[in-house]
Amino acid sequence: MLSIRPSRRKRRPLERVVEALIRVAGFLAVVFVLAILVFLLRDALPILKTIGLGAMLSGARWSPTADPPKFGLLPLILGSLYVTAGAMVVGAPLGLACAVFISEVAPPRAREVLKPLVELLAAVPSVVYGFLGLLLLGPWLAKVFGLPLGQFGALGSLVLAFMAVPTIVSVSEDALSAVPRAYRENSLALGATRWQTISRVVVPAARSGIIAAMLLGLGRAIGETMTVLMVTGNAPVIPQGLVGFLKPLRTMTATIAAEMGETAYYTPHYHALFMIGLILFLIALAVNVISDFAMRRIPGVRA
Amino acid sequence: MERPRPILRPEGPIVVETVGLNVHYGSFHALREVSAAFAANHITALIGPSGCGKSTYLRCFNRMNDLIEGARVSGQVLLEGEDVNTPETDVVELRRRVGMVFQAPNPFPMSIFDNIAYGPRLQGVREHSRLEEIVERSLRAAALWDEVKDKLRQTAIALSGGQQQRMCIARALAVEPEILLMDEPCSALDPTATFHIEELMLELKQRYTIIIVTHNMYQASRVSDYTGFFLLGELIEYDRTEKIFEGPADPRTDDYIRGRFG
Repeated sequence: MLSIRPSRRKRRPLERVVEALIRVAGFLAVVFVLAILVFLLRDALPILKTIGLGAMLSGARWSPTADPPKFGLLPLILGSLYVTAGAMVVGAPLGLACAVFISEVAPPRAREVLKPLVELLAAVPSVVYGFLGLLLLGPWLAKVFGLPLGQFGALGSLVLAFMAVPTIVSVSEDALSAVPRAYRENSLALGATRWQTISRVVVPAARSGIIAAMLLGLGRAIGETMTVLMVTGNAPVIPQGLVGFLKPLRTMTATIAAEMGETAYYTPHYHALFMIGLILFLIALAVNVISDFAMRRIPGVRA
Repeated sequence: MERPRPILRPEGPIVVETVGLNVHYGSFHALREVSAAFAANHITALIGPSGCGKSTYLRCFNRMNDLIEGARVSGQVLLEGEDVNTPETDVVELRRRVGMVFQAPNPFPMSIFDNIAYGPRLQGVREHSRLEEIVERSLRAAALWDEVKDKLRQTAIALSGGQQQRMCIARALAVEPEILLMDEPCSALDPTATFHIEELMLELKQRYTIIIVTHNMYQASRVSDYTGFFLLGELIEYDRTEKIFEGPADPRTDDYIRGRFG
């Protein structure tokens, strides 16, 4: 008798080995994530014996080597928030505009060159971006705006924006290209200009993909370490108002990278750094879950 | 060419006509020297086998061929006597005067109301009461009002195929065009929905001039006043519909009508 699915016994041995390997690999991915969470929790939670979570999150001073040490995370959380928000304010419109240009305006031949080129930007190591920001962009901006120092929050935002743009462009462009050609034709046939068609039909139809692109870019910006460590000046002070962008600040990621090497194991300082790591992990998780949710929605269909 | 083509010039006012129209797609000569005139407030059907150039011809009236890479259109398209196939023509304005309904119903992913209001909004209509008025009038004209009046704020995607196509007609009517082009508007619909659209077309010709491309010979004979037969990019014969279906002048038309090819 013919059967579509051969029974397990009849299958070739190699196939079974490959299948088992794939299954193990898939399983391991889950194990790794869980293991990271477990170890983060293990090394982060003991800090709560030294200082309460509320006091930690709202504490205004981060000074772990002072006596007594201060583990206030507010300057670091706000530092991350400032730099990331600034990066999105610059990167989101820039990335979307670039995606619209590639998908809707550029002639097909230019499109074939532009998209890989933009995606190549994502492959540049972050330390190179940091280097360029630190040595070229920072001093230049400081001179133009008359700032005392070539390292400040907005510089981190700018460099991070450049780093987030390739992700935003790539994913947004995919979403825009997936919008059916018929929408464009119908819109034009109703007497819309090309710009009206783009802004009123094509971009709204691609919006879930575009939102996902923004969130992925945000994820990249918030987790970035090397660049911000190099260009933001590393001062754990609470940024205030818009002026805060023009002063040195410090992000959560930069704090871990800068201090982990000089910290004795299993001290409160060590545990506090792990707590920062745990918070970053949870933020990244949230951003990923939300962007995944946005991407899974069928492009263009209003729920 | 041997004998003069049996191309009729309809009586009464002519809204649009083409003179020596040619379309090339790259090196492919898709439409050859087509000259024909279209009567106001009548339905003209364009028939012919796939790839004969009838859709290409239809897309010349609102310059949709402009969107196709490598397409070249030469000759004249006279709308109310004025050539609209020139580089100086305001294509956006032209498309407001010449509406189009496509083969597959294609509602935008927004509410029914926003779909219909799309065209008027493009032209700067902002007042909500005015938009409501246009939406109702257009939906009534497309014989869809009673079915959707309670769900104007719902997404248009949820409508049935036939309703979607009538909504697309309403959307085109909301711009108040002079001419309505229909490119096989029923080919994706079931017989009942097709019947609704045909009824609607007969209503609409009181106010609009309709040119329809169809693969369905019965449809052409049921709804149209004039019929043009295309073959290999040429307009072979153009006459009153009864004449085409009862005693065409060209043997190739006869062969096609009788289903001998195509």
